[in-house]
Amino acid sequence: MGPFLQYTINGLTVGSFYALVALGYTIVYGIIRLINFAQGDLTVVGMFLGWSLLTQFGIRLLPLPVALFLAFLIPMLGTAVTNVVILQLAYKPLLKRSLLAILITALGASLVLQNVVRLIFGPQIQAYPDIVPLNGFGIGPAHVSYLQVVLFAASILLMLALYLFTQGTPVGTAMRALAVDHDAARLMGINVDRVIQIAFVVGGLLAAASGVMLGIYYIQIQFNNGFLLGLRAFTAAVLGGIGNIPGAMAGGMIIGLLESYTAGYISSKWQDVVVFGVLILVLVIRPMGLFGERVAERM
Amino acid sequence: MLLEVADLHVYYGNIEALKGITLGVDSGEIVAVLGSNGAGKTTTLKTISGLLRPRSGTVTFNGANIVGRSAHEVVALGLSQVPEGRRIFNVLTVDENLSLGGYLIRRHRDLQRKRRDSVYQTFPQLAARRKQLAGTLSGGEQQMLAIGRALMSEPKLLMLDEPSLGLSPLLSRLLLKIVRQISNQGTAVLLVEQNARQALAISDRAYVIETGSIALSGKASQLAADERVQKAYLGGYEAVS
Ligand SMILES: Nc1ncnc2c1ncn2[C@@H]1O[C@H](COP(=O)(O)OP(=O)(O)OP(=O)(O)O)[C@@H](O)[C@H]1O
Ligand SMILES: [Mg+2]
Repeated sequence: MGPFLQYTINGLTVGSFYALVALGYTIVYGIIRLINFAQGDLTVVGMFLGWSLLTQFGIRLLPLPVALFLAFLIPMLGTAVTNVVILQLAYKPLLKRSLLAILITALGASLVLQNVVRLIFGPQIQAYPDIVPLNGFGIGPAHVSYLQVVLFAASILLMLALYLFTQGTPVGTAMRALAVDHDAARLMGINVDRVIQIAFVVGGLLAAASGVMLGIYYIQIQFNNGFLLGLRAFTAAVLGGIGNIPGAMAGGMIIGLLESYTAGYISSKWQDVVVFGVLILVLVIRPMGLFGERVAERM
Repeated sequence: MLLEVADLHVYYGNIEALKGITLGVDSGEIVAVLGSNGAGKTTTLKTISGLLRPRSGTVTFNGANIVGRSAHEVVALGLSQVPEGRRIFNVLTVDENLSLGGYLIRRHRDLQRKRRDSVYQTFPQLAARRKQLAGTLSGGEQQMLAIGRALMSEPKLLMLDEPSLGLSPLLSRLLLKIVRQISNQGTAVLLVEQNARQALAISDRAYVIETGSIALSGKASQLAADERVQKAYLGGYEAVS
């Protein structure tokens, strides 16, 4: 029983990062039925933007809260803009064509982002500075670092904000309407192109938020991290029922926990096997996700 | 004229669905558009509301040519369409559906609430179901919601595409009576219907579309008495349904 609590705490921390990336997948999918494969690489773009701010631009000399705030805010704006540029240049011209064409374009966007990161920041592994002290407190036999608490709390706050946005604001409601019927939304006076752009802004903000968190937590980062990260988050989104916002949050947590338990009780080498085994199982047995039928259309 | 459609030609790919439609609606009027399946009624409405682009022809609303404007801009001008098959947002609540109908006034919460209340007055059945998911409403209630949603933008012209589709004769009569009320309150109505008898009974004028062209037009009472209309659209309708 001893290590179980520790594995759970670690799993929830990582799971909250996955949840943020999964939300990016799910929001875009809900609106234009596109699996935006670039989401994982966009996260890595944010990760490297945060890294370069902290290591090359002297942000660390500022007081810690200010430094952290900027190290999140600037990359988030950066990936939001990047995501909208990808939308306008690559996806928008194809929106009325076949879904397959956009899907392949998304794979292309993923490769482009990955290689741009490689060109700018190099192929080698880089390290985040350890700006947040690693001390913490104990819960029984388990150790919780303050870093874990802060990152977990920040993720939950972001998710809460997103939930309130989609459920409580006119634009958020319009997003949920787009998941049902674009033409009917147009007849309400909704500028559909604008709402799609807003969804990509949200997806971009989430990407860098999770990217910087992952960097701070894992320290080591590399240009090609986005591939596996994207697949894991995609699995989380599918697990929760792609298009379903609360589902993506839960899916992320479940994937984080699964990974942590596998690493703890079996071996970290088996993590990916378990995660992608779950993906295959869900797709075969319950393609609408864990949370009931309506998830396919419910955001 | 509030709405003037002139010589509208619309294509789906190479297929010409509208072959020169010309029609008009004056303020205060109810104008019916009749025609059998596939005649081009829905295509006409969608082109007016900006969901489809015509290859040629003009749509003049309130004095301005609106061809080429996006559908959401057309709504803002005061032209609202209730689509065929209702197309309500089934995973949103009744309240949320109505709020989206008032999307253009989303920053004026008081005004939105006022209009929502007046929709609930028109359709008391909906008021009891405000927090219910729209997908769980009955067919008749869904149609009421679709109409209520369109009224939220307080249109000058309301276009209805087969509101009585799939409803019992009793319910469709009730619904058309409400359409009459809406028109009495100053909203012009363009009403597409297959239920010709009931539609003509509440309309001032009517057009009959056949395979993409206007075949007949005139006062509703005249058309109701017209032999060709009686044979094609009135005879035996009630018996079949
Ligand atoms: N999306 C489309 N693609 C190709 N052809 C279409 C499309 N929509 C309609 N059509 C064709 O255009 C013609 C007119 O269709 P429309 O939907 O306007 O008819 P309608 O009068 O509304 O019929 P109904 O009473 O059955 O609703 C039909 O021949 C139809 O097959
Ligand atoms: Mg039709």
